[in-house]
Amino acid sequence: MTAATTNIVEPARRPSRRAGFALSEKQVWALLFTAPYIVVFLAFVVFPVGYAFWLARDPHLYVELSEDPIFLRTVVNTLVFLIVAINVKMVMALFLSGFFTHKRWWVKVLAVLFVLPWAVPSIPTILSVRFMLNPEWGVVNTLIFSLTGDDGPNWLNDPTLALSLSMVVHIWKSLPFWTLILLAGRLAIPGELYEAASVDGAGAWHRFRFITWPSISTLYVTCTFLSMIFTVGDFNSVYLLTGGGPADLTHVLATLGIRYLRLDQVGLAMASIVCALPLILPLVFVMMKRLSK
Amino acid sequence: MTRRRFMRGVSTEAALLLIGIPVLLWTLIPIYHMFLFAISPKDAAFSGQLWPTHPTFRNFEIVFGQQHHFLYNFWRQMFNSLAISCATAVLTLLIASATAFAISRLRMKGGRWVMNLALFTYFIPAAFLAVPMYKTMGMYGLLNNDWALILAMVTVASPYAIWILRQASDKLPVELDEAALIDGASPFQLFRMIYIPLMVPSLIAVGTYALLLAWNEYLYAFLLLSRETSLTLPVALGNFLSADDSPWELLMTAGFIYALPPAAIYYAFRKYMSSGLTAGAVKG
Repeated sequence: MTAATTNIVEPARRPSRRAGFALSEKQVWALLFTAPYIVVFLAFVVFPVGYAFWLARDPHLYVELSEDPIFLRTVVNTLVFLIVAINVKMVMALFLSGFFTHKRWWVKVLAVLFVLPWAVPSIPTILSVRFMLNPEWGVVNTLIFSLTGDDGPNWLNDPTLALSLSMVVHIWKSLPFWTLILLAGRLAIPGELYEAASVDGAGAWHRFRFITWPSISTLYVTCTFLSMIFTVGDFNSVYLLTGGGPADLTHVLATLGIRYLRLDQVGLAMASIVCALPLILPLVFVMMKRLSK
Repeated sequence: MTRRRFMRGVSTEAALLLIGIPVLLWTLIPIYHMFLFAISPKDAAFSGQLWPTHPTFRNFEIVFGQQHHFLYNFWRQMFNSLAISCATAVLTLLIASATAFAISRLRMKGGRWVMNLALFTYFIPAAFLAVPMYKTMGMYGLLNNDWALILAMVTVASPYAIWILRQASDKLPVELDEAALIDGASPFQLFRMIYIPLMVPSLIAVGTYALLLAWNEYLYAFLLLSRETSLTLPVALGNFLSADDSPWELLMTAGFIYALPPAAIYYAFRKYMSSGLTAGAVKG
């Protein structure tokens, strides 16, 4: 304790760097405080990841993967999912964050309700959508039949439709979160800027173009990257809606690993994840640089 | 002039409504559909009506009374979800607050490293860590044990928790620590008597985050737990899908009940959540 005290009072007498292993009492405490996290990190991150690489070490696995048509389809699906779903979602979030800055009582009420998809568990809501889309008795096709007299499409039995609907579910679920973040970004912009612009006769578009966008573009890009990383790991939107079907044509990388695992092909499961690393690591690198300032 | 301004006001309101109404429908339709199933008698929910002709609470009675073979362990599974979420929240809070304290207040050597490793973990997609985690838990002999899921959720939740808490902690004035140290406080007393009380709002945000994360989790729960009595409710609901003749109305009822606590908790702690959690992301 005295060592820690003198450290603070007389910073000049801090042990020199070259002392190396002679840790001050404060540093010993710091180690004790971080020890639980270090243990969790070693046992449940380092060891599993190392083990995964060890299981995926056989080059033959990658040959087998590249010969699996489902794997190639999955890679394409994942890229489409990332590019389409995320950009649509972020543009919607940007637009809606502007909507939620309006001060009306009913906009406030709507903002409160709007967060529900994000706050409630995925499983009941995504299954609810799945039932809505049931071709025979789902409410969507019932409505189509009563309005047009024709049978609606077999929504989840068409790979393109099914994957698109997975993206819709993904957007439904995660749009509130990104909207709230961009809203916080917009609310941090000083109001005087907008007042001054209004006095100068700037319209809505010019206010967005010259005030809002320059202020939140960095945040928008950060959110897009973050959302990409999270979306690569989105298992629920695809698995609970389509189960990867029909005929395993709507898998994404997040669900494919689990599929191989269930077929008892652990090596392939790990190898498919290793194949995703070139996609993820650059994003992670950019995010680390942005966030660890 | 006033007339023109009035007209412009009206058109603004109309434009806002034109956005607001679709947003409301988009948000609520899947949730309302679930609720509609829950209050409709069996086989009546498919008719496409906006409100059932004979609304009933029968489905709730069946679920609460565990009167269907898919639901024989409903309360047990609900309790598992609750126990696992609470344990995850408590452990995450302990681990993350201690780590953030060491990095931010004790100026730990290598603290930057610990922070970067944690951030890196945060960026590993959870679905990718799931397969290795499953194999590892098997090696540790923890499969089918509540602790497997608790520890997995703590692993997933703590990196973000540490990051948020470290940012909040950096904002506390250094002079507080210095004064306490001069008065002879040990780092542990500093942690307990100064750091924790001042961090309460952020701790609530992080605790709620971990609690909801564990309560809502499906993938890890379904990989790590498989005994009928040790399942959490989402996994039990997922099992409905394996049968063709599943009672959808009961699935939706149980799902609706399961969605209520997180919604209530979110609204109760909304202030802390939005200031605590979005602050972290906005900074980037």
